[in-house]
Amino acid sequence: MKKTVVLFLSLVLTISSFSQEEHKVDEGKKIPAVQLKTMDGKSVNTAELGFKGPVIFSFWATWCSPCKRELNTIHDLYIDWQAETGVNLVAVSIDDMKTASGVPVYVDGKSWEYLVLMDPNGDFKRAMGVNNVPHTFLVDTDGTIVYSHNNYAPGDEDKLYEELLKVAKKTN
Amino acid sequence: MYKKIISLCIFSISFVVFSQNNEGSLTGNIESTFQYLRADSLIGAELPPEKALMNTYMNAFYTNKGFKAGGRFESYSPHINGYPTVFSGTGIGMRYIGYVNNLVDVTIGNFYEQFGQGSLFRAYENRALGYDNAMDGMRLILRPVPGVIIKSVYGRQREAFTNGQVVVTSGIVRGIDGEIHFNEAFKCMKEKKFDLTFGGSFVSKYQKDDKDNLILPENVGSYGGRLKMRYGKLVVDAEYSIKENDPSLDNKFIFNKGHAALFNIGYSKTGFGISVSGKSVDNMSYRSNRDQKLQVDLINYLPSMNKTHTYNLVASLYPYATQLNGEIAYQTEVIYTIKKGSKLGGKYGTTLNGNFSTAYKPRQVTTGFNPLDSTGIMYSCTPFDMSSTLFWQDINFNISKKFSKSFNMILNYFDIKMNNDYSTITENATGVITSHIGVIEMGYKINKSHSLRMEVQELITNKGKGRDKGDWATVVLEYNYKSNWFVGFMDQYNYGNPIDELRIHYVIGTVGYVHESTRFTLSVGRQRAGLFCVGGVCRAVPAMNGLTLSFTQSF
Repeated sequence: MKKTVVLFLSLVLTISSFSQEEHKVDEGKKIPAVQLKTMDGKSVNTAELGFKGPVIFSFWATWCSPCKRELNTIHDLYIDWQAETGVNLVAVSIDDMKTASGVPVYVDGKSWEYLVLMDPNGDFKRAMGVNNVPHTFLVDTDGTIVYSHNNYAPGDEDKLYEELLKVAKKTN
Repeated sequence: MYKKIISLCIFSISFVVFSQNNEGSLTGNIESTFQYLRADSLIGAELPPEKALMNTYMNAFYTNKGFKAGGRFESYSPHINGYPTVFSGTGIGMRYIGYVNNLVDVTIGNFYEQFGQGSLFRAYENRALGYDNAMDGMRLILRPVPGVIIKSVYGRQREAFTNGQVVVTSGIVRGIDGEIHFNEAFKCMKEKKFDLTFGGSFVSKYQKDDKDNLILPENVGSYGGRLKMRYGKLVVDAEYSIKENDPSLDNKFIFNKGHAALFNIGYSKTGFGISVSGKSVDNMSYRSNRDQKLQVDLINYLPSMNKTHTYNLVASLYPYATQLNGEIAYQTEVIYTIKKGSKLGGKYGTTLNGNFSTAYKPRQVTTGFNPLDSTGIMYSCTPFDMSSTLFWQDINFNISKKFSKSFNMILNYFDIKMNNDYSTITENATGVITSHIGVIEMGYKINKSHSLRMEVQELITNKGKGRDKGDWATVVLEYNYKSNWFVGFMDQYNYGNPIDELRIHYVIGTVGYVHESTRFTLSVGRQRAGLFCVGGVCRAVPAMNGLTLSFTQSF
């Protein structure tokens, strides 16, 4: 009985604390600060990447075909997107040590110009609440997530572009 | 039970305290998989007595300035088809609290971590595999100056989740790791083209000697160093680790030391990339409980050195699992994109990709060692000295080309040899199974809202003892509507099975709905038995016939 009461009380406490938090979460989630390394071995903080414009975070892996389809499709459009909106794309690789050495091979082989971050043990993936890849987030200039999409089908890049234009318009 | 209540209270109080401050951030996700199964004697699918099965997880992570706290609820009621049997009940599977600033990062409770490439320590989670060896204890990360990271970990590993409660191992794991990136640490190296990182780890485990017939080491140490050099686009990576004598079920209680050596050389520039890797591993199974097997209680991670394939027939029929007791492996990966605008490159460029990987049994010298003496040392071996016993070989190529804005095609060929006597995957074959696989993938974007994708796959095994289930053909069709809906169809036809009755069509249909970070998938049909692998860690999935509904949500 005593245990049940304690359990109940703690649940009530939890719920009440969550409910206080609720309206703030609705205002938009910020990018969590996680220490990662770039593909070139430099340490970076995911919350302080220093980009001026909007940022697209795309979680991918060398073994994930839809992820590569998405990033290759965006690659063909990237120059235009950058010129129009000042966007930067950050490709977060969740490849673990089995496949991590293939990341620079693929990225350069495909001539991607994205900033590539390595998340071999899923720290950033966990912090961003990502279940599976591909998962793409659009972040405005304040570092707030304004749009996200889990999955990739051809045409998703058009939707992302629409959302990107909205963000860019807001800033200008 | 009380522990959980206390941790819940800590969360609640911390949320209340910090929610007054509007800088906080709450993230997390939910994943739920429901299965309703039918018996299907033809493919060997069994009907569990409950008929309906479900796995559900929810993570919630809260950060506010330096404060962090989070946890995960898990529920197995009961666990889905083929999931490890040690998962049952509903409860808290992970929880932590901590504080982080520019100098320190402290976590108390559960955490995931990796030292270097992981050959001595990796606490990791992969839900699809049922792999979760989260540490439960304390982690301290120090960043005293830019470019220097010191990590220390102390605790017990998660072994199972039974009746809604986490079961931790009896052994204790502790370790320290230091890494220095010279170009960040020293001003004079900042702008240099030559880039250098050094690292070193020490990990030790304690487990009581619980065997009467042996005198076992209760504390087993392991140590290693690593180096990463970069000059422009040329990268050289190497790691070498040694484990002190560690008699276990894996090595049949011998007293040999173990080693793991890994290297990778990579070079890439715009449109071209190559990497050559090698590894030598002997007697490196390192667990916090010496009597465990499979993926349970592993302290370190020894990845298999081969490409992770994605096409169904290539990925799940003959995948390779790391041989923890020893293997010598090499891999080369090359990718080249023929320039846009050239004759062969076309408007968008054409990408050529080749990959070769192989693994052999190490050569063990037994002369001069007496298996009956008291040292328990059975053989000697030299790093990278391999025997003639082949474990695995994979040669594969693919060409991918985008013909227009709406049409693209990928052609693939795979030649895979797998030694079923060592990396056992089937009971229907002995020796090396050789398979040849061809895959054509095509994508067609009809317009802004509609798109199609098709895969045609064919697998042929060599006749003889390694024929196994014979030849297969697979067709995959996928239709996407806007960015929200997708419909999939897959037929795997085992037309070349040596047994006539087993020439079966495994047909599965899928419907999915995606809205931003919410995703529903419903699939109905037959799934053949196979091996599901991530990073060389594999889980056997039994055949099933029925319905699977899954839901994922991120927030």
